Amino acid sequence: MVACAEAWRGDGAILASPMGLIPTLGARLARLTFEPGLLLTDGEAYLVDAQDRIEGWLPYAKVFTMLAAGKRHVMMGAAQIDRHGNQNISCIGDWKRPKAQLLGVRGAPGNTVNHPVSYWVPRHSPRVFVSRVDMVCGVGYDRGAQDLRVVVTNLAVLDFGGPEHTMRLRSVHPGVQAGDVIEATGFPLAVPEQVPVTRAPTAAELGLIRTRLDPAGAREAELR
Amino acid sequence: MTRGVPGGRPPGLALTPEEIVAELRDGMTIGIGGWGSRRKPMALVRAILRSGLKNLTIVSYAGPDVGLLVASGQAKRVVTGFASLDSIALEPHFRRARQDGTVELTELDEGMLHWGLLAAAHRLPFLPIRAGLGSGVLEVNPELRTIRSPYGGGEGRNGEASDGEELVAMPALRLDAALVHMNRADAAGNGQYLGPDPYFDDLFCLAAERAYVSCERIGAALEGPPQTMLLNRAMVHAVAETPNGAHFTSCVPDYGRDEAFQARYAKAAADPEEWRRFEAEYLAGDEAAYQEAVKA
Repeated sequence: MVACAEAWRGDGAILASPMGLIPTLGARLARLTFEPGLLLTDGEAYLVDAQDRIEGWLPYAKVFTMLAAGKRHVMMGAAQIDRHGNQNISCIGDWKRPKAQLLGVRGAPGNTVNHPVSYWVPRHSPRVFVSRVDMVCGVGYDRGAQDLRVVVTNLAVLDFGGPEHTMRLRSVHPGVQAGDVIEATGFPLAVPEQVPVTRAPTAAELGLIRTRLDPAGAREAELR
Repeated sequence: MTRGVPGGRPPGLALTPEEIVAELRDGMTIGIGGWGSRRKPMALVRAILRSGLKNLTIVSYAGPDVGLLVASGQAKRVVTGFASLDSIALEPHFRRARQDGTVELTELDEGMLHWGLLAAAHRLPFLPIRAGLGSGVLEVNPELRTIRSPYGGGEGRNGEASDGEELVAMPALRLDAALVHMNRADAAGNGQYLGPDPYFDDLFCLAAERAYVSCERIGAALEGPPQTMLLNRAMVHAVAETPNGAHFTSCVPDYGRDEAFQARYAKAAADPEEWRRFEAEYLAGDEAAYQEAVKA
């Protein structure tokens, strides 16, 4: 969650659009700590501030405007992702008659060509990190991505600092070896000589997570 | 295509859902407003289910509106970027039809669909957009084209100067008919939403040859903040009063989503025999029978 929060570090006053529980907790944590200027919605049409007060109105039509204006950093999931950052959330198998129909392209094509995009993958495996995605929804750097930031998984944080903007191991989570990540990745991964360890939450951050952001511990279920 | 007084109808004439559906034709391209499982014109959709209409192309930010029309076999093609029940991520009938290969799909990015409606509403052949570039959307929709900006001053990916930026030319999504659900309307056809989001209902109406508005209540006049008065009567062909007409989707502030019923719908949709039972229990009668059955 702290790794997700870090994705928005330095963004300033832009719309953070986290998708799913862990990214949402990460964005809220970032706003409560090092990135207080972030805009967040209530999931519907209200912009709410860090004290949960309504600070503005942002219906879906206006989200599309913010998106095209570039004033947004979204964190999406990925059923599949390749080394260039091409992401698939639409379907698995042949598009004409898929083995598994998933979310559809949703807004991934527009997000990736308009503003910063990060990804959260709860289970890092070769089924997700593939050599070739079945349907390109979010585009990768080889297809015109604007600004892919980080891919946060249950094992590591990755970015696109490899040769020609390919995926690189940025840090391993405490207790994880670089070898574990390489094994869980279905394509060649750029791995630096020294791989840092993802930083742990500070005591203050832990306090915020446990008392304010997720007292019920919903995050545990998603990380299992 | 002439615009102006929709259908030349005298003001003050409200229709029943059946009368609205009687104006629709096989093979039409029908836009449905709302989003996912929010403020969908479900009473009008149920009226379509009771009709013999077929071979429809449905343009929608899809939810159970599309689910029902795919399940009934009346939707031949769906134009959308997703089909979702919101609190349940995947619309089950749409998912099954995609996996069975029994529905055609024009899969568009959400912003592309928006832009297609805007182009149609503005009577433009297309609008340029970045969304879609480099993605599988252009591959699965080979009829889509890109264009280069005529104004030059562009920059290639490696920084070289180029003629002009390449963009997707999103074609107008012209609709034969639009179906939207408002919280309130007046008999002349002015429509009002009172919830947090207008969604894209105004664009659906303007993109359509004929726009049909269902609502919770037809009143003498709209009351409340002017920003809520989304539809004016020049955009609207006819109005129908359908209390609880978005059920089971939400229609805030009149009512929220009926999550328990939606769960039952989704569970029934997973099995053909259960679905037949669901249809028999809820969809075999008219709208009054449906409303009675869901109260239970």
